[in-house]
Amino acid sequence: MMFRLILFVAALTFLPLHMARASGGEAEPLVHQHWHFSGAFGTYDRAALQRGYKIYREVCASCHSMKQLSFRNLTDLGYNENQIKAIAGEYSVEDGPNEEGEMFERPARPSDSFPAPFANDKAAAYANGGALPPDLSLIIKARHHGSDYVYGLLTGYEEAPHDAHLLDGQYWNKYMPGHVIAMAPPLSDGQVAYEDGSPDTTQQYAADVVEFLTWAGDPHMETRKRTGLKAIMFLVVFAFVMYAVKRQIWSDVH
Amino acid sequence: MGSGERAEFKNPVVSWIDERLPVFSMMQQEYGVFPTPRNFNYFWNFGAIAMFMLVAMIATGIFLAMNYTPHVDMAFDSVERIDRDVNWGWMLRDIHMNGASFFFIAVYVHIFRGMYYGSYKKPRELLWILGVVIFLLMMATAFMGYVLPWGQMSYWGATVITNLFSAIPLVGDSIVTLLWGGFSIDNPTLNRFYALHYLMPFVIFAVVFLHVWALHICGSNNPTGIEPKGKQDTLPFHPYYTMKDTFGLLVFLVVFCVFVFYAPDYLGHPDNYKEANPLVTPPHIVPEWYFLPFYAILRAITFDVGIPGTEIVFISAKLGGVISMFGSIGLLLILPWLDTHPIRSARYRPKFRFFLIVFLVVFVMLGYIGSQPADATLFGAPLTLLGILSTTYYYGFFLVIIPWLNNTEKGKDLPKSIHDAVLEDAREAAKG
Repeated sequence: MMFRLILFVAALTFLPLHMARASGGEAEPLVHQHWHFSGAFGTYDRAALQRGYKIYREVCASCHSMKQLSFRNLTDLGYNENQIKAIAGEYSVEDGPNEEGEMFERPARPSDSFPAPFANDKAAAYANGGALPPDLSLIIKARHHGSDYVYGLLTGYEEAPHDAHLLDGQYWNKYMPGHVIAMAPPLSDGQVAYEDGSPDTTQQYAADVVEFLTWAGDPHMETRKRTGLKAIMFLVVFAFVMYAVKRQIWSDVH
Repeated sequence: MGSGERAEFKNPVVSWIDERLPVFSMMQQEYGVFPTPRNFNYFWNFGAIAMFMLVAMIATGIFLAMNYTPHVDMAFDSVERIDRDVNWGWMLRDIHMNGASFFFIAVYVHIFRGMYYGSYKKPRELLWILGVVIFLLMMATAFMGYVLPWGQMSYWGATVITNLFSAIPLVGDSIVTLLWGGFSIDNPTLNRFYALHYLMPFVIFAVVFLHVWALHICGSNNPTGIEPKGKQDTLPFHPYYTMKDTFGLLVFLVVFCVFVFYAPDYLGHPDNYKEANPLVTPPHIVPEWYFLPFYAILRAITFDVGIPGTEIVFISAKLGGVISMFGSIGLLLILPWLDTHPIRSARYRPKFRFFLIVFLVVFVMLGYIGSQPADATLFGAPLTLLGILSTTYYYGFFLVIIPWLNNTEKGKDLPKSIHDAVLEDAREAAKG
């Protein structure tokens, strides 16, 4: 009796949770994409990560910071130490003060974090018509169904309906809550040249950069899932053993 | 405790210590041979599970504290650093944040078990009250812990909850200033919440100790609600229940691990991955899921109480909500004196059982209502209406239905003893 009750209550608990998640503003429902990293055994696609990082560097990074990431983290993308040194070396960062008390510029090292495009949030907002481009380190985790959402947003630009009034610097996006977004369509076909023969399309760019951003927010996902598999296998076997022990001990009571 | 008979130990070191400080005798008496009703079902596992979760929370929390910085400018980044750069930091944090949820799951089941089988009745009133005190302390601890990552929901959840105290007449505003350590939620608030979040688990631990002590004075209740009458009704705690509890705990941990390793953020809110910003209010502020039923009761009171037709207000809607919310837990404290029916277990009280299950459904419903925006609807009905109806049932269950059942419910015939009940169940099982 009590177990039927638990099932009933569990169903009752999870049903509204799902209903709660399904409703969420007026934006169009997200299309669920198939990601290389989804599922219990999903991993990051290294080639997609590297392409996504290229998109970030060449497109997103002109407005969006990623302050939680350092160049050294790029080993996860499959780059080796020398490659990372070379990538970091393309940037210059402020360091100091030196012995004379002066701040100075030097090439970035792998231990440096990604340089931000603007000196501070005020400067970033001012340069972008008053809208602050959010930091992208956690953008996927900070949105419901983040990967599908960001992919939708990057590919969801449309002509505004006739009755909509957009101000200068505002755009219409079917996946943005409220539809109005201050970011100009960032991606267009052929904008970035891929070296590995992947199609130069907006969809491909968006999918790759989402893969990269998902990794950026959750860099230990692969270890997490592998550890989880081991932990759960151990616990399941241990539970079976304990069930047998329990039955054995209780056999004289029943 | 400890002044009772001492056990004999072969090991001379153990024996030497035990003569001077009888901890081994105590363990032997309280966890070894302790007579425990033989008919526990798996609902009796959740006390041990809750205990395990408390220890797990303290263990992971200490290591998180070593890497966390309680400062408004650094707290968010220090939590990210734990996730990214601290060795196994992501796992500590995933265990800690999902551990809070699973601690509450265990405790909610444990509380409902107590209500279903009448574990709060004489002579276990104080045991029950200590349990409610633990529940309250847990809520305070969890709330303050949720503020520490200094995300948007941390900040705005703290704003909503601390502002509740301003509804208290006369001293409300002073209490809020005291909680905040200033005139807004800022660094002093974060610092005191951090200090208290570290302190409270040890207070909980102390009250758990009293809870277990009280339990070991009167012994456990059981599914029949009849006291054990002799040796044929009980089993020694070890190995029977140590082994059964371990098995139950492992099954619980499998489910826990599924969340920790495969959906660590499912029970959290995405907004908490945005750093706190006092200038941007999230469109929909929600507490963690385990507070939702009480949050719904808080929001259910949307009207002032005063003299109709005049401007005189005795209780504002805000104060009314706060009173209802704290009152809903206060009712649990006095439950042993509300329910004076001589039969403990709902097994033998069909009417009580029916209303208790409805109560459970209403409680879950309140949780759903609490998760929704204030102007939401369900199948066309405004949720505010469902909120006030559910709150009414919550109060009515304790204050009307239970007292009414005290006088009217006859109940089924009780088995003569636990032993008889077990044999009866075995016969039923053999037949069916």
